[in-house]
Amino acid sequence: MRFIPLTEKDRKEMLATIGVNRVDDLFADIPAEAKLDRPLNIPGPLPERELLNNFSMLAFMNKPVSGERSFLGAGAYSHHVPVAVDQMLLRGEFFTAYTPYQPEVSQGTLMAIYEFQTYTSALLGMDIANASMYDGASSLAEAVIMAKRVKKKNRVVISGLVDPAWRKVVETYVQDLDIDITTVDGVNEGVTNIDELSIAANGSSAVVVQYPNFVGCIDDLQAVRRVCDEAGALMIVATSEPVAMGVMTSPGKLGADIAVAEGRSFGGSLSYGGPGLGMFATKQKWARQIPGRLVGKTNDVDGKPGYVLTLATREQHIRREKATSNICSNQALCATASAIHLSLLGKNGLQEMALKNMTAAKYLAGKISSLNGFELAYKRPFFNEVAIKIPAPAETINKKLAKDGFVGGFDLSKTYPSMGDSMLFCATELHAKNDIDALADALSGFEV
Amino acid sequence: MNFPEKLLYTKDHEWTLIEGDIAVVGITDFAQSELGDIVFVETPEVGTKLNVGDSFGVVESVKTVSDLYSPLTGEVVEVNEALVDAPETVNTSPYADGWIVKIKMSDTSETESLMNVADYKSLVKK
Repeated sequence: MRFIPLTEKDRKEMLATIGVNRVDDLFADIPAEAKLDRPLNIPGPLPERELLNNFSMLAFMNKPVSGERSFLGAGAYSHHVPVAVDQMLLRGEFFTAYTPYQPEVSQGTLMAIYEFQTYTSALLGMDIANASMYDGASSLAEAVIMAKRVKKKNRVVISGLVDPAWRKVVETYVQDLDIDITTVDGVNEGVTNIDELSIAANGSSAVVVQYPNFVGCIDDLQAVRRVCDEAGALMIVATSEPVAMGVMTSPGKLGADIAVAEGRSFGGSLSYGGPGLGMFATKQKWARQIPGRLVGKTNDVDGKPGYVLTLATREQHIRREKATSNICSNQALCATASAIHLSLLGKNGLQEMALKNMTAAKYLAGKISSLNGFELAYKRPFFNEVAIKIPAPAETINKKLAKDGFVGGFDLSKTYPSMGDSMLFCATELHAKNDIDALADALSGFEV
Repeated sequence: MNFPEKLLYTKDHEWTLIEGDIAVVGITDFAQSELGDIVFVETPEVGTKLNVGDSFGVVESVKTVSDLYSPLTGEVVEVNEALVDAPETVNTSPYADGWIVKIKMSDTSETESLMNVADYKSLVKK
Protein backbone atom coordinates (compact mmCIF):
# COMPACT_ATOMS: atom_id res chain seq x y z
CA MET A 1 0.00 0.00 0.00
CA ARG A 2 1.36 3.41 -0.94
CA PHE A 3 1.56 6.09 1.67
CA ILE A 4 0.52 9.47 0.34
CA PRO A 5 1.00 12.22 2.90
CA LEU A 6 -1.48 15.04 3.35
CA THR A 7 -0.88 18.33 1.65
CA GLU A 8 -1.22 21.60 3.55
CA LYS A 9 -4.46 22.15 1.63
CA ASP A 10 -5.88 18.75 2.72
CA ARG A 11 -4.99 19.55 6.28
CA LYS A 12 -6.72 22.95 6.16
CA GLU A 13 -9.85 21.41 4.68
CA MET A 14 -9.97 18.72 7.33
CA LEU A 15 -9.51 21.20 10.16
CA ALA A 16 -12.18 23.50 8.69
CA THR A 17 -14.62 20.58 8.41
CA ILE A 18 -14.38 19.75 12.10
CA GLY A 19 -14.32 23.44 13.05
CA VAL A 20 -10.86 24.05 14.50
CA ASN A 21 -8.13 26.36 13.29
CA ARG A 22 -4.91 24.55 14.01
CA VAL A 23 -3.70 21.02 14.67
CA ASP A 24 -2.76 22.15 18.17
CA ASP A 25 -6.45 22.81 18.90
CA LEU A 26 -7.01 19.05 18.72
CA PHE A 27 -4.92 18.68 21.88
CA ALA A 28 -6.82 21.30 23.87
CA ASP A 29 -7.92 18.66 26.39
CA ILE A 30 -4.35 18.03 27.50
CA PRO A 31 -3.43 20.26 30.46
CA ALA A 32 -0.91 22.97 29.55
CA GLU A 33 1.54 21.81 32.21
CA ALA A 34 1.71 18.39 30.57
CA LYS A 35 2.69 19.88 27.21
CA LEU A 36 6.25 20.61 26.19
CA ASP A 37 6.49 24.27 25.19
CA ARG A 38 9.95 24.11 23.66
CA PRO A 39 11.70 21.97 21.04
CA LEU A 40 13.06 18.63 22.28
CA ASN A 41 16.53 18.98 23.73
CA ILE A 42 18.29 16.66 21.32
CA PRO A 43 21.47 17.26 19.36
CA GLY A 44 21.51 17.57 15.59
CA PRO A 45 22.30 14.82 13.08
CA LEU A 46 25.55 12.85 13.32
CA PRO A 47 27.43 10.49 11.02
CA GLU A 48 26.64 6.86 11.76
CA ARG A 49 29.99 6.06 13.39
CA GLU A 50 29.86 9.05 15.71
CA LEU A 51 26.29 8.23 16.59
CA LEU A 52 27.25 4.70 17.59
CA ASN A 53 30.14 6.04 19.67
CA ASN A 54 27.81 8.47 21.39
CA PHE A 55 25.39 5.75 22.34
CA SER A 56 28.19 3.50 23.57
CA MET A 57 29.35 6.31 25.83
CA LEU A 58 25.80 6.91 27.07
CA ALA A 59 25.36 3.21 27.78
CA PHE A 60 28.65 3.21 29.69
CA MET A 61 27.21 5.82 32.07
CA ASN A 62 24.41 3.43 33.08
CA LYS A 63 24.75 1.52 36.31
CA PRO A 64 23.23 -1.78 35.37
CA VAL A 65 21.94 -3.72 38.35
CA SER A 66 21.51 -7.42 37.91
CA GLY A 67 18.37 -8.98 39.32
CA GLU A 68 20.10 -10.55 42.30
CA ARG A 69 21.26 -7.12 43.53
CA SER A 70 17.76 -5.61 43.35
CA PHE A 71 15.27 -6.01 46.20
CA LEU A 72 12.60 -3.79 44.71
CA GLY A 73 9.27 -5.36 43.86
CA ALA A 74 6.09 -3.36 44.56
CA GLY A 75 4.45 -4.32 41.28
CA ALA A 76 7.38 -5.24 39.03
CA TYR A 77 9.44 -8.30 39.85
CA SER A 78 12.82 -9.63 38.71
CA HIS A 79 12.62 -13.21 37.54
CA HIS A 80 14.63 -15.60 35.48
CA VAL A 81 13.10 -15.92 32.03
CA PRO A 82 14.28 -19.04 30.20
CA VAL A 83 16.25 -18.12 27.06
CA ALA A 84 13.94 -20.39 25.07
CA VAL A 85 11.22 -17.74 25.47
CA ASP A 86 13.18 -15.11 23.56
CA GLN A 87 14.36 -17.64 20.99
CA MET A 88 10.79 -18.63 20.17
CA LEU A 89 9.60 -15.03 20.10
CA LEU A 90 12.12 -14.32 17.34
CA ARG A 91 9.65 -15.80 14.88
CA GLY A 92 8.55 -12.87 12.77
CA GLU A 93 4.91 -13.98 12.72
CA PHE A 94 4.59 -13.03 16.38
CA PHE A 95 5.88 -9.47 15.95
CA THR A 96 2.60 -7.67 16.29
CA ALA A 97 0.53 -6.13 19.01
CA TYR A 98 -2.57 -6.69 16.90
CA THR A 99 -5.00 -9.54 17.13
CA PRO A 100 -5.45 -10.87 13.63
CA TYR A 101 -8.91 -10.58 12.12
CA GLN A 102 -8.26 -13.03 9.32
CA PRO A 103 -8.23 -16.55 10.71
CA GLU A 104 -7.35 -17.98 7.31
CA VAL A 105 -3.84 -16.48 7.53
CA SER A 106 -3.34 -16.31 11.29
CA GLN A 107 -3.88 -19.75 12.78
CA GLY A 108 -0.50 -19.81 14.55
CA THR A 109 -0.92 -16.45 16.26
CA LEU A 110 -4.52 -17.17 17.18
CA MET A 111 -3.54 -20.53 18.64
CA ALA A 112 -0.76 -18.91 20.70
CA ILE A 113 -3.24 -16.40 22.09
CA TYR A 114 -5.74 -19.16 22.77
CA GLU A 115 -3.04 -20.96 24.77
CA PHE A 116 -2.37 -17.73 26.69
CA GLN A 117 -6.08 -17.50 27.54
CA THR A 118 -6.06 -21.10 28.72
CA TYR A 119 -3.02 -20.53 30.96
CA THR A 120 -4.53 -17.34 32.35
CA SER A 121 -7.81 -19.07 33.20
CA ALA A 122 -5.99 -21.96 34.86
CA LEU A 123 -3.62 -19.69 36.77
CA LEU A 124 -6.40 -17.49 38.15
CA GLY A 125 -8.90 -20.31 38.56
CA MET A 126 -11.53 -18.73 36.31
CA ASP A 127 -13.71 -20.01 33.45
CA ILE A 128 -12.55 -17.67 30.69
CA ALA A 129 -9.83 -15.12 29.98
CA ASN A 130 -9.49 -12.53 27.24
CA ALA A 131 -6.62 -12.14 24.77
CA SER A 132 -4.90 -9.71 27.18
CA MET A 133 -4.98 -6.06 28.19
CA TYR A 134 -2.20 -3.46 28.34
CA ASP A 135 -1.17 -4.16 31.93
CA GLY A 136 -2.48 -5.18 35.33
CA ALA A 137 -3.60 -1.68 36.25
CA SER A 138 -5.69 -1.12 33.10
CA SER A 139 -7.11 -4.65 33.49
CA LEU A 140 -8.31 -3.62 36.93
CA ALA A 141 -9.86 -0.44 35.55
CA GLU A 142 -11.69 -2.50 32.92
CA ALA A 143 -12.87 -4.90 35.63
CA VAL A 144 -14.36 -1.99 37.58
CA ILE A 145 -16.13 -0.70 34.47
CA MET A 146 -17.42 -4.19 33.70
CA ALA A 147 -18.78 -4.51 37.24
CA LYS A 148 -20.86 -1.41 36.66
CA ARG A 149 -22.14 -2.91 33.39
CA VAL A 150 -23.22 -6.06 35.23
CA LYS A 151 -24.54 -4.60 38.47
CA LYS A 152 -25.60 -1.15 37.22
CA LYS A 153 -24.63 0.60 40.46
CA ASN A 154 -22.23 3.48 40.19
CA ARG A 155 -20.08 2.93 43.25
CA VAL A 156 -17.08 0.68 43.68
CA VAL A 157 -15.18 -0.14 46.88
CA ILE A 158 -11.41 -0.49 46.63
CA SER A 159 -9.09 -1.63 49.39
CA GLY A 160 -6.37 0.87 50.24
CA LEU A 161 -4.00 -2.09 50.08
CA VAL A 162 -4.38 -2.25 46.31
CA ASP A 163 -1.25 -0.90 44.57
CA PRO A 164 -1.52 2.93 44.75
CA ALA A 165 -0.48 3.26 41.10
CA TRP A 166 -3.22 0.82 40.04
CA ARG A 167 -5.76 2.80 42.06
CA LYS A 168 -4.69 5.96 40.22
CA VAL A 169 -5.13 4.27 36.87
CA VAL A 170 -8.63 3.16 37.91
CA GLU A 171 -9.47 6.73 38.98
CA THR A 172 -8.26 8.02 35.62
CA TYR A 173 -10.28 5.49 33.64
CA VAL A 174 -13.54 6.14 35.50
CA GLN A 175 -13.33 9.91 36.00
CA ASP A 176 -15.96 10.62 33.35
CA LEU A 177 -17.97 7.42 33.71
CA ASP A 178 -20.14 8.24 36.70
CA ILE A 179 -18.39 5.74 38.94
CA ASP A 180 -17.57 6.75 42.52
CA ILE A 181 -14.76 5.07 44.39
CA THR A 182 -14.80 4.39 48.13
CA THR A 183 -11.44 3.41 49.61
CA VAL A 184 -11.23 1.18 52.67
CA ASP A 185 -8.14 1.29 54.87
CA GLY A 186 -6.35 -1.54 56.63
CA VAL A 187 -2.69 -0.63 56.54
CA ASN A 188 -2.27 -0.78 60.32
CA GLU A 189 -3.25 -4.45 60.42
CA GLY A 190 -1.63 -5.32 57.09
CA VAL A 191 -4.91 -6.62 55.68
CA THR A 192 -8.09 -4.92 54.49
CA ASN A 193 -10.44 -4.14 57.36
CA ILE A 194 -13.37 -6.51 56.73
CA ASP A 195 -15.83 -4.63 58.99
CA GLU A 196 -15.21 -1.36 57.17
CA LEU A 197 -15.33 -3.20 53.86
CA SER A 198 -18.71 -4.64 54.76
CA ILE A 199 -20.16 -1.22 55.56
CA ALA A 200 -18.74 0.36 52.43
CA ALA A 201 -19.82 -2.49 50.16
CA ASN A 202 -23.50 -1.86 50.75
CA GLY A 203 -25.00 -0.59 47.49
CA SER A 204 -21.86 -1.00 45.43
CA SER A 205 -21.20 -2.78 42.13
CA ALA A 206 -17.94 -4.33 43.20
CA VAL A 207 -15.36 -4.80 45.91
CA VAL A 208 -11.70 -4.79 44.87
CA VAL A 209 -8.85 -6.35 46.84
CA GLN A 210 -5.28 -7.22 45.92
CA TYR A 211 -3.90 -10.72 46.49
CA PRO A 212 -1.22 -10.75 47.90
CA ASN A 213 -1.84 -7.13 48.85
CA PHE A 214 0.49 -4.19 48.29
CA VAL A 215 2.19 -4.50 51.70
CA GLY A 216 2.85 -8.18 51.04
CA CYS A 217 0.15 -9.70 53.27
CA ILE A 218 -2.69 -12.01 52.27
CA ASP A 219 -6.25 -10.68 52.57
CA ASP A 220 -8.90 -13.19 53.65
CA LEU A 221 -10.68 -13.70 50.34
CA GLN A 222 -13.34 -15.95 51.85
CA ALA A 223 -14.33 -13.09 54.15
CA VAL A 224 -14.34 -10.73 51.16
CA ARG A 225 -16.61 -13.19 49.33
CA ARG A 226 -19.08 -13.10 52.23
CA VAL A 227 -19.05 -9.29 52.15
CA CYS A 228 -19.78 -9.37 48.41
CA ASP A 229 -22.61 -11.87 48.84
CA GLU A 230 -24.27 -9.71 51.48
CA ALA A 231 -23.92 -6.59 49.36
CA GLY A 232 -24.79 -8.24 46.05
CA ALA A 233 -21.50 -6.89 44.67
CA LEU A 234 -18.98 -8.49 42.34
CA MET A 235 -15.70 -9.58 43.88
CA ILE A 236 -12.70 -8.35 41.92
CA VAL A 237 -9.29 -9.73 42.82
CA ALA A 238 -6.15 -8.05 41.49
CA THR A 239 -2.75 -9.71 41.51
CA SER A 240 0.51 -7.96 40.73
CA GLU A 241 2.62 -11.09 41.17
CA PRO A 242 0.85 -14.14 39.67
CA VAL A 243 3.89 -16.32 40.42
CA ALA A 244 2.27 -16.52 43.87
CA MET A 245 -0.46 -18.70 42.35
CA GLY A 246 2.10 -21.53 42.35
CA VAL A 247 1.55 -21.86 46.10
CA MET A 248 -1.61 -19.91 46.85
CA THR A 249 -5.23 -20.92 46.24
CA SER A 250 -6.41 -19.17 43.09
CA PRO A 251 -8.78 -16.16 43.27
CA GLY A 252 -11.35 -18.16 41.33
CA LYS A 253 -11.41 -21.00 43.86
CA LEU A 254 -11.91 -18.43 46.60
CA GLY A 255 -14.92 -16.95 44.86
CA ALA A 256 -13.65 -14.10 42.66
CA ASP A 257 -16.08 -12.93 39.98
CA ILE A 258 -13.34 -11.16 38.05
CA ALA A 259 -9.62 -11.83 38.49
CA VAL A 260 -7.01 -9.56 36.93
CA ALA A 261 -3.24 -9.72 37.06
CA GLU A 262 -0.05 -8.13 35.84
CA GLY A 263 1.51 -10.88 33.76
CA ARG A 264 4.98 -9.38 33.27
CA SER A 265 6.56 -11.90 35.68
CA PHE A 266 6.02 -14.53 32.98
CA GLY A 267 8.26 -13.94 30.00
CA GLY A 268 8.49 -10.19 30.53
CA SER A 269 11.35 -7.91 31.41
CA LEU A 270 11.93 -4.89 33.61
CA SER A 271 13.21 -2.56 30.90
CA TYR A 272 12.24 0.87 32.25
CA GLY A 273 9.36 -0.80 34.07
CA GLY A 274 7.73 -2.37 31.06
CA PRO A 275 6.15 -3.54 28.91
CA GLY A 276 3.33 -4.82 31.05
CA LEU A 277 0.82 -7.54 30.26
CA GLY A 278 -2.75 -7.43 31.51
CA MET A 279 -4.45 -10.68 32.41
CA PHE A 280 -8.23 -10.55 32.62
CA ALA A 281 -10.41 -13.49 33.58
CA THR A 282 -13.99 -13.98 34.69
CA LYS A 283 -16.90 -16.39 34.77
CA GLN A 284 -18.46 -17.91 31.67
CA LYS A 285 -21.81 -16.22 32.29
CA TRP A 286 -20.24 -12.80 31.68
CA ALA A 287 -18.53 -13.74 28.41
CA ARG A 288 -20.43 -10.97 26.63
CA GLN A 289 -19.45 -8.36 29.19
CA ILE A 290 -15.68 -8.73 29.02
CA PRO A 291 -13.51 -6.04 27.45
CA GLY A 292 -11.24 -6.68 24.49
CA ARG A 293 -10.52 -9.58 22.24
CA LEU A 294 -11.36 -13.21 22.75
CA VAL A 295 -10.00 -16.11 20.71
CA GLY A 296 -12.17 -19.20 20.47
CA LYS A 297 -11.54 -22.73 19.26
CA THR A 298 -13.93 -24.30 16.81
CA ASN A 299 -14.08 -26.82 13.95
CA ASP A 300 -13.96 -25.94 10.29
CA VAL A 301 -16.19 -27.48 7.59
CA ASP A 302 -13.93 -30.52 7.42
CA GLY A 303 -14.14 -31.03 11.18
CA LYS A 304 -10.57 -29.86 11.78
CA PRO A 305 -9.86 -27.64 14.78
CA GLY A 306 -9.38 -23.94 14.06
CA TYR A 307 -9.10 -20.68 15.96
CA VAL A 308 -11.08 -17.47 15.41
CA LEU A 309 -11.84 -14.21 17.15
CA THR A 310 -15.18 -14.69 18.80
CA LEU A 311 -17.92 -12.52 20.30
CA ALA A 312 -16.44 -9.58 18.40
CA THR A 313 -19.88 -7.97 18.37
CA ARG A 314 -19.08 -6.54 21.82
CA GLU A 315 -16.19 -4.63 20.35
CA GLN A 316 -15.96 -1.07 19.19
CA HIS A 317 -15.55 -1.69 15.47
CA ILE A 318 -19.04 -3.19 15.48
CA ARG A 319 -20.80 -1.81 18.51
CA ARG A 320 -19.33 1.69 18.38
CA GLU A 321 -19.92 3.74 21.53
CA LYS A 322 -21.75 0.87 23.22
CA ALA A 323 -18.75 -1.44 23.03
CA THR A 324 -17.63 -3.05 26.26
CA SER A 325 -14.27 -1.26 26.01
CA ASN A 326 -12.30 1.06 23.77
CA ILE A 327 -9.28 -1.24 23.83
CA CYS A 328 -8.61 -2.09 20.21
CA SER A 329 -5.43 -4.09 20.32
CA ASN A 330 -3.74 -6.19 22.95
CA GLN A 331 -0.34 -7.30 24.14
CA ALA A 332 -0.09 -10.23 21.76
CA LEU A 333 3.71 -10.49 21.84
CA CYS A 334 3.92 -10.27 25.64
CA ALA A 335 0.98 -12.65 25.97
CA THR A 336 2.75 -15.13 23.71
CA ALA A 337 5.94 -14.76 25.77
CA SER A 338 4.03 -15.48 28.96
CA ALA A 339 2.32 -18.51 27.43
CA ILE A 340 5.71 -19.87 26.34
CA HIS A 341 7.20 -19.23 29.78
CA LEU A 342 4.27 -20.92 31.54
CA SER A 343 4.40 -23.87 29.16
CA LEU A 344 8.12 -24.32 29.94
CA LEU A 345 7.46 -24.14 33.67
CA GLY A 346 4.50 -26.46 33.74
CA LYS A 347 2.41 -26.99 36.85
CA ASN A 348 5.25 -28.39 38.96
CA GLY A 349 7.77 -25.86 37.68
CA LEU A 350 5.50 -22.98 38.63
CA GLN A 351 5.05 -24.44 42.09
CA GLU A 352 8.82 -24.86 42.43
CA MET A 353 9.44 -21.29 41.27
CA ALA A 354 6.87 -19.98 43.76
CA LEU A 355 8.41 -21.99 46.60
CA LYS A 356 11.85 -20.59 45.78
CA ASN A 357 10.41 -17.05 45.95
CA MET A 358 8.82 -17.75 49.30
CA THR A 359 11.93 -19.34 50.72
CA ALA A 360 14.13 -16.43 49.61
CA ALA A 361 11.73 -13.85 51.03
CA LYS A 362 11.46 -15.76 54.29
CA TYR A 363 15.24 -15.86 54.61
CA LEU A 364 15.44 -12.14 53.80
CA ALA A 365 12.78 -11.30 56.40
CA GLY A 366 14.60 -13.30 59.09
CA LYS A 367 17.99 -11.91 58.20
CA ILE A 368 16.99 -8.22 58.08
CA SER A 369 14.69 -8.31 61.09
CA SER A 370 17.55 -9.73 63.14
CA LEU A 371 19.40 -6.42 62.67
CA ASN A 372 18.91 -3.99 65.56
CA GLY A 373 16.33 -1.35 64.66
CA PHE A 374 14.84 -3.41 61.81
CA GLU A 375 11.56 -5.15 62.53
CA LEU A 376 8.82 -6.88 60.54
CA ALA A 377 5.88 -4.49 60.16
CA TYR A 378 3.39 -7.36 60.41
CA LYS A 379 3.39 -10.81 61.95
CA ARG A 380 1.54 -12.30 59.02
CA PRO A 381 2.22 -14.73 56.19
CA PHE A 382 3.72 -13.24 53.04
CA PHE A 383 4.79 -14.45 49.60
CA ASN A 384 7.86 -12.80 48.09
CA GLU A 385 7.54 -9.32 49.59
CA VAL A 386 7.72 -8.26 53.17
CA ALA A 387 7.18 -4.90 54.88
CA ILE A 388 9.94 -3.98 57.33
CA LYS A 389 10.17 -1.07 59.75
CA ILE A 390 13.54 0.60 59.36
CA PRO A 391 15.61 2.81 61.71
CA ALA A 392 16.18 5.64 59.18
CA PRO A 393 14.22 7.18 56.30
CA ALA A 394 13.98 4.86 53.30
CA GLU A 395 15.53 7.53 51.11
CA THR A 396 18.69 7.63 53.24
CA ILE A 397 18.98 3.86 53.34
CA ASN A 398 18.38 3.48 49.61
CA LYS A 399 21.06 6.07 48.81
CA LYS A 400 23.59 4.06 50.80
CA LEU A 401 22.44 0.82 49.17
CA ALA A 402 22.80 2.37 45.73
CA LYS A 403 26.40 3.30 46.55
CA ASP A 404 27.01 -0.34 47.46
CA GLY A 405 25.51 -1.49 44.17
CA PHE A 406 22.06 -2.51 45.41
CA VAL A 407 18.57 -1.42 44.54
CA GLY A 408 16.78 -1.18 47.87
CA GLY A 409 13.12 -1.71 48.69
CA PHE A 410 10.01 0.40 48.09
CA ASP A 411 9.53 3.36 50.43
CA LEU A 412 6.16 2.63 52.10
CA SER A 413 6.10 5.82 54.19
CA LYS A 414 5.20 7.93 51.13
CA THR A 415 2.08 5.89 50.35
CA TYR A 416 1.18 5.08 53.96
CA PRO A 417 2.47 7.86 56.26
CA SER A 418 1.01 6.06 59.31
CA MET A 419 3.54 3.28 58.82
CA GLY A 420 6.46 5.58 59.55
CA ASP A 421 9.89 4.68 58.18
CA SER A 422 9.38 1.37 56.46
CA MET A 423 10.26 -0.45 53.30
CA LEU A 424 8.85 -3.24 51.21
CA PHE A 425 11.59 -5.72 50.33
CA CYS A 426 11.23 -8.32 47.61
CA ALA A 427 13.19 -11.51 47.05
CA THR A 428 12.68 -13.97 44.21
CA GLU A 429 14.23 -17.15 42.83
CA LEU A 430 17.10 -14.94 41.62
CA HIS A 431 18.31 -14.26 45.14
CA ALA A 432 20.70 -16.75 46.65
CA LYS A 433 21.60 -16.83 50.35
CA ASN A 434 24.81 -14.86 49.77
CA ASP A 435 22.95 -12.09 47.88
CA ILE A 436 20.65 -11.60 50.85
CA ASP A 437 23.56 -11.82 53.30
CA ALA A 438 25.31 -9.08 51.30
CA LEU A 439 22.20 -6.87 51.53
CA ALA A 440 22.02 -7.44 55.29
CA ASP A 441 25.70 -6.51 55.58
CA ALA A 442 25.08 -3.28 53.71
CA LEU A 443 22.12 -2.51 55.99
CA SER A 444 24.01 -3.30 59.20
CA GLY A 445 25.59 0.16 59.10
CA PHE A 446 22.16 1.55 60.06
CA GLU A 447 21.76 -0.64 63.16
CA VAL A 448 20.82 1.25 66.30
CA MET B 1 -41.95 -10.74 3.92
CA ASN B 2 -44.72 -11.03 6.44
CA PHE B 3 -46.19 -8.08 8.39
CA PRO B 4 -49.35 -9.03 10.33
CA GLU B 5 -52.25 -6.56 10.23
CA LYS B 6 -53.08 -6.75 13.94
CA LEU B 7 -49.67 -5.45 15.06
CA LEU B 8 -48.31 -1.93 15.57
CA TYR B 9 -44.80 -1.05 14.44
CA THR B 10 -41.90 1.34 15.18
CA LYS B 11 -39.27 2.93 12.98
CA ASP B 12 -36.71 0.82 14.87
CA HIS B 13 -38.32 -2.29 13.34
CA GLU B 14 -40.06 -3.54 16.44
CA TRP B 15 -43.60 -4.78 16.57
CA THR B 16 -46.05 -4.64 19.44
CA LEU B 17 -49.23 -6.55 20.10
CA ILE B 18 -51.65 -4.78 22.42
CA GLU B 19 -53.61 -7.00 24.83
CA GLY B 20 -55.44 -4.71 27.25
CA ASP B 21 -52.74 -2.75 29.08
CA ILE B 22 -50.05 -5.27 28.17
CA ALA B 23 -47.85 -4.74 25.12
CA VAL B 24 -45.96 -7.74 23.75
CA VAL B 25 -42.80 -6.60 21.94
CA GLY B 26 -40.55 -8.27 19.40
CA ILE B 27 -38.60 -7.48 16.24
CA THR B 28 -40.09 -7.63 12.76
CA ASP B 29 -39.50 -10.15 10.02
CA PHE B 30 -37.58 -7.43 8.17
CA ALA B 31 -35.33 -6.81 11.21
CA GLN B 32 -34.52 -10.48 11.74
CA SER B 33 -33.71 -11.00 8.08
CA GLU B 34 -31.44 -7.93 8.02
CA LEU B 35 -29.61 -9.10 11.16
CA GLY B 36 -29.06 -12.65 9.96
CA ASP B 37 -28.53 -15.60 12.30
CA ILE B 38 -29.33 -14.41 15.80
CA VAL B 39 -27.03 -15.91 18.43
CA PHE B 40 -27.94 -14.01 21.58
CA VAL B 41 -30.76 -11.92 22.97
CA GLU B 42 -30.12 -9.83 26.06
CA THR B 43 -33.33 -9.13 27.91
CA PRO B 44 -34.05 -6.70 30.77
CA GLU B 45 -34.95 -7.79 34.27
CA VAL B 46 -38.63 -8.06 35.15
CA GLY B 47 -39.60 -4.87 36.94
CA THR B 48 -37.43 -2.59 34.79
CA LYS B 49 -39.20 0.72 34.16
CA LEU B 50 -39.00 2.00 30.61
CA ASN B 51 -39.73 5.23 28.81
CA VAL B 52 -40.42 5.49 25.10
CA GLY B 53 -37.12 5.09 23.27
CA ASP B 54 -35.18 3.57 26.19
CA SER B 55 -32.78 0.85 25.23
CA PHE B 56 -33.96 -2.28 27.05
CA GLY B 57 -31.92 -5.05 25.48
CA VAL B 58 -29.75 -6.24 22.67
CA VAL B 59 -30.10 -8.61 19.75
CA GLU B 60 -26.80 -10.06 18.60
CA SER B 61 -26.31 -11.81 15.30
CA VAL B 62 -23.16 -13.30 13.85
CA LYS B 63 -22.37 -10.04 12.10
CA THR B 64 -23.73 -7.26 14.27
CA VAL B 65 -25.41 -6.12 17.44
CA SER B 66 -28.58 -4.11 17.58
CA ASP B 67 -30.18 -2.35 20.51
CA LEU B 68 -33.84 -2.82 21.34
CA TYR B 69 -35.80 0.37 22.04
CA SER B 70 -38.96 0.49 24.06
CA PRO B 71 -41.96 1.51 21.92
CA LEU B 72 -43.98 2.52 24.99
CA THR B 73 -43.75 3.73 28.58
CA GLY B 74 -44.27 1.10 31.25
CA GLU B 75 -42.81 -1.72 33.27
CA VAL B 76 -41.38 -5.02 32.09
CA VAL B 77 -43.67 -7.75 33.45
CA GLU B 78 -42.33 -10.77 31.59
CA VAL B 79 -39.37 -11.68 29.39
CA ASN B 80 -39.09 -14.59 26.98
CA GLU B 81 -36.79 -16.91 28.93
CA ALA B 82 -36.81 -19.46 26.09
CA LEU B 83 -34.59 -17.12 24.06
CA VAL B 84 -31.65 -17.77 26.40
CA ASP B 85 -31.25 -21.28 25.01
CA ALA B 86 -32.87 -20.76 21.62
CA PRO B 87 -32.18 -17.21 20.37
CA GLU B 88 -32.69 -18.41 16.79
CA THR B 89 -36.43 -18.52 17.56
CA VAL B 90 -36.39 -14.79 16.76
CA ASN B 91 -35.39 -15.75 13.20
CA THR B 92 -37.81 -18.63 12.79
CA SER B 93 -40.84 -17.15 14.51
CA PRO B 94 -40.44 -13.38 14.91
CA TYR B 95 -44.12 -12.69 15.66
CA ALA B 96 -45.00 -15.65 17.90
CA ASP B 97 -42.46 -17.78 19.82
CA GLY B 98 -39.78 -15.15 19.18
CA TRP B 99 -41.45 -12.40 21.23
CA ILE B 100 -38.99 -10.64 23.54
CA VAL B 101 -40.71 -8.76 26.38
CA LYS B 102 -44.13 -7.91 27.77
CA ILE B 103 -44.57 -4.35 29.01
CA LYS B 104 -47.37 -3.18 31.28
CA MET B 105 -48.24 0.18 29.74
CA SER B 106 -48.65 3.20 31.97
CA ASP B 107 -50.31 5.26 29.20
CA THR B 108 -52.29 3.25 26.62
CA SER B 109 -52.82 6.40 24.51
CA GLU B 110 -49.17 6.17 23.46
CA THR B 111 -50.13 3.38 21.05
CA GLU B 112 -51.62 6.09 18.82
CA SER B 113 -48.13 7.29 17.90
CA LEU B 114 -47.07 3.84 16.66
CA MET B 115 -47.22 2.88 12.98
CA ASN B 116 -49.88 0.73 11.41
CA VAL B 117 -48.97 -1.98 8.97
CA ALA B 118 -49.38 0.21 5.89
CA ASP B 119 -47.05 2.90 7.26
CA TYR B 120 -44.50 0.30 8.28
CA LYS B 121 -44.60 -1.41 4.90
CA SER B 122 -43.87 1.87 3.17
CA LEU B 123 -40.97 2.50 5.61
CA VAL B 124 -39.48 -0.89 4.79
CA LYS B 125 -39.85 -0.24 1.04
CA LYS B 126 -37.62 2.82 1.35
